[in-house]
Amino acid sequence: MSRTLFDKVWDSHAITRRQDGMTLLFVDRHYVHDGTRQAFQQIEKERLSVRRPDLTFGTPDHYVATKPAAKPDPLFEDMVAALETNTRKWEIMNFGVGSPNQGIVHVVAPELGLTLPGALIVCGDSHTATHGAVGALAFGIGASEIAHVLATQTLWQKKPKRMRISVTGTLPPGVVAKDLVLAIIGRIGAAGGTGHAIEYGGPAIRDLSMEARMTLCNMSIEAGARCGMVAPDETTFDYVRERPYAPTGENLELALAAWRDLVSDPDAVFDSEVVFDAGEVAPTVTWGTSPETALPITEHVPDPAFIENAEKRRGVEEALQYMALTPGMALSEIVIDRVFIGSCTNGRIEDIRAAAEAARGRRAVVPAAVIPGSARVKAAAEAEGLDVILREAGFEWREPGCSMCVGMNGDIVQPGERCASTSNRNFAGRQGRGSRTHLLSPAMAVAAAVTGRLTDIRTLKS
Amino acid sequence: MRPFTIHTGIAAPLLQANLDTDQIIPARFLHRARDEGYGDQLFHDLRRHDDGEPRLGFILNQHPFDQATILIAGSNFGCGSSREHAVWALGDAGFRVVVAPSFGDIFFNNALNNGLLTIVAPPEILRTLADGLAADPTTPLTVSLKEQTVDGPDGFRFAFDIDPYRKQALLIGASEIQMTLQHRDAISSFETAHARRHPWLVPSLPTNTRKGAEANG
Repeated sequence: MSRTLFDKVWDSHAITRRQDGMTLLFVDRHYVHDGTRQAFQQIEKERLSVRRPDLTFGTPDHYVATKPAAKPDPLFEDMVAALETNTRKWEIMNFGVGSPNQGIVHVVAPELGLTLPGALIVCGDSHTATHGAVGALAFGIGASEIAHVLATQTLWQKKPKRMRISVTGTLPPGVVAKDLVLAIIGRIGAAGGTGHAIEYGGPAIRDLSMEARMTLCNMSIEAGARCGMVAPDETTFDYVRERPYAPTGENLELALAAWRDLVSDPDAVFDSEVVFDAGEVAPTVTWGTSPETALPITEHVPDPAFIENAEKRRGVEEALQYMALTPGMALSEIVIDRVFIGSCTNGRIEDIRAAAEAARGRRAVVPAAVIPGSARVKAAAEAEGLDVILREAGFEWREPGCSMCVGMNGDIVQPGERCASTSNRNFAGRQGRGSRTHLLSPAMAVAAAVTGRLTDIRTLKS
Repeated sequence: MRPFTIHTGIAAPLLQANLDTDQIIPARFLHRARDEGYGDQLFHDLRRHDDGEPRLGFILNQHPFDQATILIAGSNFGCGSSREHAVWALGDAGFRVVVAPSFGDIFFNNALNNGLLTIVAPPEILRTLADGLAADPTTPLTVSLKEQTVDGPDGFRFAFDIDPYRKQALLIGASEIQMTLQHRDAISSFETAHARRHPWLVPSLPTNTRKGAEANG
């Protein structure tokens, strides 16, 4: 029977199925970060042990301080220290603070070659969807499930439905993967992918770099999907080869042969299909408190007066009130207070390059910080002189971590402040109580930083 | 896990769509140890003003909904972050059931792993239910897992679906890990065959970097 890419990876990890359709899956990679403490506590409480420390990898990201001079809060330091203690106790590889490999788990694991095509990957973080970019099956799990994976190296899952998003055409100049994924979520909605595994395909996806595909898959969760995947191709193989922990020699040859089969069969059937024209995507920003409130920067904030459905109207009214926006105003009139460039969505080297290119010779007029996704990204950027360009343009250049994406390390947006952010969520209070977040691409974030308002990067270039 | 059989309690309507886990419990509270409880932080920023005083407009601050143990929620409830603290906060605050048109997938699993029953119901039923509660807020709902029914004011009743295994686990309060460990042999034999089929998936790291981890020296 013909199968989708998702089916192939799923089937090769299925240990047993129950009558009710739940499947016990074998986990190839389990990533743990500094928010995993409660799961380790559960293991100890139930007197269990870690079954496969060799398939488990840790790095602190959520709670690490990203301002070198700042004195971290002892509570946050405790979370980072707990990861050190737990990984040492269970002999789990931990890329701790100070390691050349530390960083955001979803940036670190692919760049080290731990994330491989066809692998089943889990992590106690919803943005685990990122790893699907290489053709892995990767999803976020909760604390009980983390404990379950630690103890058994397996996870019970109900097989999701399959959705294919085919992206035709080519992205116009100045339009990048972040714009594409925001536009997709704008179209299908924040719950549009609920209960589904998404496979992204089509010529526009084939044209994307590995890092751009990670941005795309990363935000699958914001469309409600369980995971996002892209079939591996030469772009993938070139990316994975030569990474420090990637297979080598005969193992690599075996792997490549297997990876070439990781495509949906031509007559595979998907539960739902969406076709998207990349040529129609413009630089995109969000105005509200859900990623689905994404619009081209050339558009206007919606006016609830024109919304017939009462529930939708109330939702828009509430979002406008929280975001302190006037109905009908141009998105390009929205004045911002600060800029954050980083996160597991846009903290990779290509993102920093895009930011530096846009910032070169310009000057930020509001506080703006660039937080590399990993120590390797930071080192690569510095080797290319990107940090100098960004610093000269008035951007703060920081240490790797999740930082202001979620503010768990204390880097928060103040109440009422408006932040242009390359992260993945604009939920009410996401970046700190009363914070107002607008999601956009790295270049668009720079455009906002140098003009002090949401700005079409294409107008900045001309 | 706390077993769930039948539950009767006040239901509170909180019908906002896409109510994410960041709002159920904000990120700044997540470092607390599990046994300290998260109930006081549930919906913290929706529930309280900046100075900590309760927002009187928020439904769970109004009588009788301040006694609620059943939440009637909007679509895509619990979307966003995988934080299980969102489920813990609901449970610690006394909630045993959430009824919504749809849930965030990770939240849905987290809830059932903690004895919080998540019921998917069509929006029409939820609207009827919310209208009934508005007219008669003090009449409790009765949720029977065994019968898979919800009974409300004026003879209102609807039946819900639940995965039979999940139902069984909830009824007896079984720990999923213990149940999985009964499959130990199947896991072991799969593990061996899987490594043979996909030898590149087993990382071959030098043992000296393996133990003690990189940054630990």
